[in-house]
Formats: sequence, C-alpha cells, structure tokens
Amino acid sequence: MRVPRFSGAGVSAAERKLLPEGRLAGPMPWVIAIMMFLTVLVAAGGLALGSAAEGFQAGLAGRMTVQVVEANPDERDRQAAAAIAELERLPGVEDVHRLSEDEIGDLLEPWLGVGGIEADLPMPALIDVDLSPVASRRIDRIAQAVRAVAPAARVDRHSDWLAPLASLLSSLRWLALALVLLMAGATAATVVLAARGSLNTHRATIEVLHLMGSTDRQVAHLFQRRIALDALFGGALGFVAAVGVILLLGRRISGVGAGLLGSVTLPPLAWVLLLALPIAGVLLATVAARLSILVALRKLL
Amino acid sequence: MASIVQFENVGLRYGTGAETLSDVTFNLEVGRFYFLTGASGAGKTSLLKLLYLAQRPSRGLIRLFGEDVVTMPRARFPGFRRRIGVVFQDFRLVPHLSAFDNIALPLRIAGVPEEEIHTPVDEMLAWVGLSDRSTARPATLSGGEQQRVAIARAVIGRPEMLVADEPTGNVDPEMAARLLHLFDAMHRLGTTIVVATHDIHLLTRIPHAEMMRLERGRISDPTGALRYPPRGNRRP
Repeated sequence: MRVPRFSGAGVSAAERKLLPEGRLAGPMPWVIAIMMFLTVLVAAGGLALGSAAEGFQAGLAGRMTVQVVEANPDERDRQAAAAIAELERLPGVEDVHRLSEDEIGDLLEPWLGVGGIEADLPMPALIDVDLSPVASRRIDRIAQAVRAVAPAARVDRHSDWLAPLASLLSSLRWLALALVLLMAGATAATVVLAARGSLNTHRATIEVLHLMGSTDRQVAHLFQRRIALDALFGGALGFVAAVGVILLLGRRISGVGAGLLGSVTLPPLAWVLLLALPIAGVLLATVAARLSILVALRKLL
Repeated sequence: MASIVQFENVGLRYGTGAETLSDVTFNLEVGRFYFLTGASGAGKTSLLKLLYLAQRPSRGLIRLFGEDVVTMPRARFPGFRRRIGVVFQDFRLVPHLSAFDNIALPLRIAGVPEEEIHTPVDEMLAWVGLSDRSTARPATLSGGEQQRVAIARAVIGRPEMLVADEPTGNVDPEMAARLLHLFDAMHRLGTTIVVATHDIHLLTRIPHAEMMRLERGRISDPTGALRYPPRGNRRP
C-alpha cells in the first residue's frame, strides 16, 4: 500500500515545517563528526597496517639466505659452490646470488665500522636465494638438499625473522576492525538516544499528527530525514578532517624515508573503503533513527 | 438509518482509579446531530476520546463505521482517524505552524498535492474570518481565533464524523452562532456531528439535534434517540 507523505509537490518544505528545530540545531551532527573522524582514522590505520603486513609477507615469504659457516676458506668456498650448484638445479629456485666480500663488508659496517673486517677474520659465505611461491612452501626440503651437499650450511628463512612483526600487524589490524565496529555501535546508540530525545521534545505535535490520521511511517519519515541530514553533515565533516590528518601523516612518514614506516601506505582500494565509511554512517544513522522511532511510536495508541 | 457509532457496556478506567465511564451503551446514526452534555468531570472528554480513537476502553464493545475498534490492530487506526474531524477542548494547534499550515495539516497527512491545498484552506480561513491572520502562529492568536483555526482544521478534510469538545467555549455569541451554523451545514451534507458542551443555550440553536447526557460517567438519554438497538429496531 502506498503511504502518502505529508504533501505532494512541496514535500520538503511542508515536512520541514512540521518539526520546529533548525538543521544542525542539536549536538548530534557534531557528535557524529567526531565519531566519523575517529572511525576513519582507525580504519585508515588498520588498512595501512594490513597493507604493510601483506607487503612483508609477499616480499619475504619467497626469500632465504644460506650461510656456509666454515673456518677453512677453501672448504668454505667448496661447500658454497656445491650449495649454489644444488640450488640452481632445484625447481622453483628463481635466483641464487653469493654475496661478495665487499657486500658482506657493507652489511657489517654498522657494527665493525669502515674497513673493520680484518683479512684473517673468518667470514661465512652468504648466498641469497629467491624462490617461487610454490617452492617457498617446500623450503624445508630445499634446506635439506643444500645441507646434503654443504654440511656447514645454515638456512635462514626471511619470513621467520619478521613473523612476530607480521603477527603484531595482523593483531593491530583486527583491533582496528573491532574499534571501527565499536564506534559504529556507539554512533548508532547516539542516534537512537537523539531520536528518542527528539521524539519526546515533539511528543505533543506527534500526538496531534497521529490523531489526525498520520501513520507511524509518516512520522518516522520526518525524523529519519532530519537525522540523515545531521549524519550527512557530521559524516562529511569528520571524513574531511580525518583525510586531512591522514594526508599530513602520510607526508611525515614519507619524510622519514624507507624501511618499516615507508611500507605503511594506503592502496587505492583502502581509499574507496574509507570513502564508504561516511556513506555507511548516514545509512546506519537513518536506519537506527527509523527503527527507534517506529518502536517508540508503537507504544502510542 | 445505519449506525456510525455503537457503544455497548463500555467502561473506561485510567490506571487503578475508579471508572471514569461505566456501562455506557448508545447508538449514533449516520448524518445526525448530537449534543453531549453533562457537568464538568462527568466524563464528556473521556467519551469523546473513545470516539476519536485516542483511547481504548477498559471493557465493552465499540463499533465505529461498522467495525469493532476495540480489538482492531493499531495499524488500521490512521485510516479511521482520517474519517473523523476533531475539535479539541485545548485546540492542540501545532505551535510552530501558521494558521494556514495548521488548517492544511489533515490534507497534507492525507497526501493531497500541495497545489490542491491552497484554495480550500484559503476558503476555510475566510469562512472562520481569519483570512488576514493566515500567517500568524497560534501564540499570537487570541483564544477565539485559535478555536476557529482548530475548527477549520477539523472540518477541512470533510470528515464523515465531526467530534467537537466545547467548540464555542472561547468565542463570542455571534461567532458561536456562525460556527454552529457551519456544523449544521456539514450535518445537512451528511456528516455526523457530536458536540460536547455544557452551554445549554447551544442546545436550543439546533432544534433537530439529539441529546445525550453524562452523569458521573453514566449516560442518560433524554431524547430517547440513543437507545441500542435503535428505535424501530428494538425487539420486545
């Protein structure tokens, strides 16, 4: 059944008159703006951490380093050569690179200083290995094959080094999701309280409308329209402020340089998800307002 | 003639107090004019609330437009309420709306297009002598002017039944006569009119009106018009 609104051509003007407060009169738009600001920031943090975690895992899961720890330089070179030959023979091994003495020197420079490596200091042979995604899942077998031809070889999987960090990032991502859901719940609760308050404020008008034959849906429409406008304003304001902060932080992070912080970025899909938050906020506020008003109206005759 | 309202052993109690209305039984016929009289506190306003569906009875049967409204789901009430015009004792004008918008309210609720609202509202404003006050808000209107706006609002939707609670309490005798003439004109067009009043002078102005009297929540029927079943249909 078609439920008529309060008039035809002049719907908005006629409806606006029925509830006296001006737009943005109460605290609700500002509360929603603050909630949306925090929600977008938390969501952006979660999405950036998720992106970083995925980047680490993708970059490190397929890499390993073989160290040949042998005091005798000839034996060390022999085992290193045997290990390289074995690795190059194995399927799924995409690249094998033995680090030169200069490259090893560069790695140790932060600890030993420039030219700190004495000629007689025994250094292990280091071999970087890139594996295909398929091969990285059977890295234990590759390590076993290497040790068979080079008993002094130790195999380090790069993913093992950063596993605790990846786990931390994953936990933070879930925490961010939980916070976003909590704030959505808090926003809905705020809207319900505001809707009930508004209903009480306008109870006399609503009773008159009811006694003249207006339906619950007609009355709820008045409130949900107003609350949707408040949510739209608050959501847009909070979103713009949060995006400003995110862009500012992004500039600061890029100023710090590469490394762990440098990998914390927001991919395009994350921006789309962030943009969806204020839209979802308006829908959430509208639905929460409508349901709370309809429930409250059912208590009237 | 068909019944528009039937009350059978209706009782109304607010909370745990004594019954405000007790064993009320009557029958109102379509298109007739009724006065409801009684002293203050006799239960007139409570009876009218039952008529315009602002209250459900504590007991008894009420049929409105041929349907039982006691057990009717509340979702069906709006359709019934649109068939009833109400003049409240305290006017109940919407304070932030102008006289024009207050009068237009029933039409807007019924979904009448905006372009079809202005002419009937302007005509009604002219009829109650408030054309020059159409933009005034209730707080700036006198008691009599507010009452006229309330009456105009009640009748603009051409209801099948008009219920008025002391509709002439705040107007001068000349305006009271005009308003009663309006009610009588609506009655002649087929609208059932129920006017609650304790002004005995009003009763003489509509000689063909029936009268029912409330005394301490119980109804009496001085003109014999309210018996149920209606006259002529009574069984021995």
